[in-house]
Amino acid sequence: MESTKRTYVSKLVHDLKPSGIRRFFDLAAGMEGVISLGVGEPDFVTPWHIREAAISSLEQGYTSYTPNAGLLGLREEIAYYMKTQFDVTYSPSEEIIVTVGASSAIDIALRTILDPGDEVIIVEPCFVSYVPMVELAGGVAVQVQALKENDFKILPDQIEAVITEKTKAIMICSPNNPTGTMLNKKELQGLADLASKYDLLVIADEIYAELAYDEEYTSMAAIGGMLERTILVSGFSKGFAMTGWRLGFVCAPVEISSAMLKVHQYGLMCASTMSQYAAIEALKNGRFDVEEMVKSYRRRRNYIVQSFNEIGLECHEPGGAFYAFPSIQSTGLTSQEFAEKLLLQEGVAVVPGDVFGESGEGHIRCSYASSLEQLQEAIKRIKRFIDSL
Amino acid sequence: MRLNEKELEIVEILEKDARTASGDIAKMIGLSVEETEQSIKKLEEHKVIVRYISIVDWTKVEEHSGVRAMIDVKVTPKRGVGFDEIAERIYRFDEVNSVYLMSGTYDLSIIVEGKSMNEVANFVSQKLSTLDSVISTTTHFILKKYKHDGIIFEPENKDKRIVVSP
Repeated sequence: MESTKRTYVSKLVHDLKPSGIRRFFDLAAGMEGVISLGVGEPDFVTPWHIREAAISSLEQGYTSYTPNAGLLGLREEIAYYMKTQFDVTYSPSEEIIVTVGASSAIDIALRTILDPGDEVIIVEPCFVSYVPMVELAGGVAVQVQALKENDFKILPDQIEAVITEKTKAIMICSPNNPTGTMLNKKELQGLADLASKYDLLVIADEIYAELAYDEEYTSMAAIGGMLERTILVSGFSKGFAMTGWRLGFVCAPVEISSAMLKVHQYGLMCASTMSQYAAIEALKNGRFDVEEMVKSYRRRRNYIVQSFNEIGLECHEPGGAFYAFPSIQSTGLTSQEFAEKLLLQEGVAVVPGDVFGESGEGHIRCSYASSLEQLQEAIKRIKRFIDSL
Repeated sequence: MRLNEKELEIVEILEKDARTASGDIAKMIGLSVEETEQSIKKLEEHKVIVRYISIVDWTKVEEHSGVRAMIDVKVTPKRGVGFDEIAERIYRFDEVNSVYLMSGTYDLSIIVEGKSMNEVANFVSQKLSTLDSVISTTTHFILKKYKHDGIIFEPENKDKRIVVSP
């Protein structure tokens, strides 16, 4: 027998690129006194009444499995919330699945709809998991680039140019991580028209939907005719400051959701029970918390965007989420160089834009989910860094 | 006074942190520094913003010995002026920190500060109870302050997030 060592890891996984964020995490984690604008989560702790609901569920002994799709009571609250907040109607018993964060919602959506070789059009810059998740589901990720000159909004023509017979879905995220860009009704309509023209699905990652600062949020599923072809992904992490609870949900027409439920039930069984009880409380009594958080984020967005522009880093005004995505092209550095030098020289952690896709090159993602004092200090240090170049 | 959206924002920001610089407020709400300062001045003039004070944790100060008591007071309201006259007679005392008119089983809730329990007791027995309109008083001494006006005194506010995340 040949003595070559057997490789245990599959070729598919072996070939996956590790997330570019990981490297920065390792670099920053070992340093003292770092101000981090690199965090992709709220700086709010989950409101107490929501935490208290989870504690109470534990005290009462609700520690067993829930139905695969999640507690019916929670799905009913989600249905009511989605109807009243975003004007989309889903049946709680058939069209809503509670998942382990929005990530697992995207994962089951992709694994449900993709046959080997099916293409998914992904608008980048985007969340680091989209491309690997498509590949893990056996699909092919076709990336199109939202450009800075269009305020990082994708144009329908750009998408139409890459549609093939194998295209199954378009994946969008609005408000976007990392650019903060939010698509308005008209822009969504443009994408919706394409979806119906070519009979495509849209996977709409609406995890930041609550965090819209200038215009009222429009869900892709609320566009006429799109309820039928949208897989709407959302969750509690961002809007309700519940990242660690790992709780999301996915809404889709029954044909798709019943199929997704198969994938979900075999892969995950159900989401964490105590998190689900917390989520019921969040939806029932947490809307005021969200409003307060939105106010606070809006002020910090205004502050950081203006500050970046003042110190010479051109920054568009993001309509949602909690990220600013300033250009660092004026410095002549690549985003990796900029982020690494900034971290080592001034102890400010930001995420280089290229980890979110090629079109993110020349930018850095700065989360403004930090206290005003931290933002002020970060801006001061970034200015000093730029001046030193 | 009817506040516009920006003025309301200014009040909210200053209520959380009275030392927020007007330049920072201006950036946060999208006004110029001059406009922001004008609005603040207007809010001060109209006594919407009454004063800027510090919240002090006196328990940290060794030299400080003092006690606070919350006192439930039942009073007889007077024709024409209701509770306002007796409330005023009470709040004029320097020892009195706050006075509220309450719904429920008693009428006025007052907070009194003194150097010692004795001093507070004297105030209640000599000055407060002897007022004509006062029917009865119930004094509760405050043993420890955990949270005051929305401020937690010993907050555990370490950022528990990982440094960089997607």
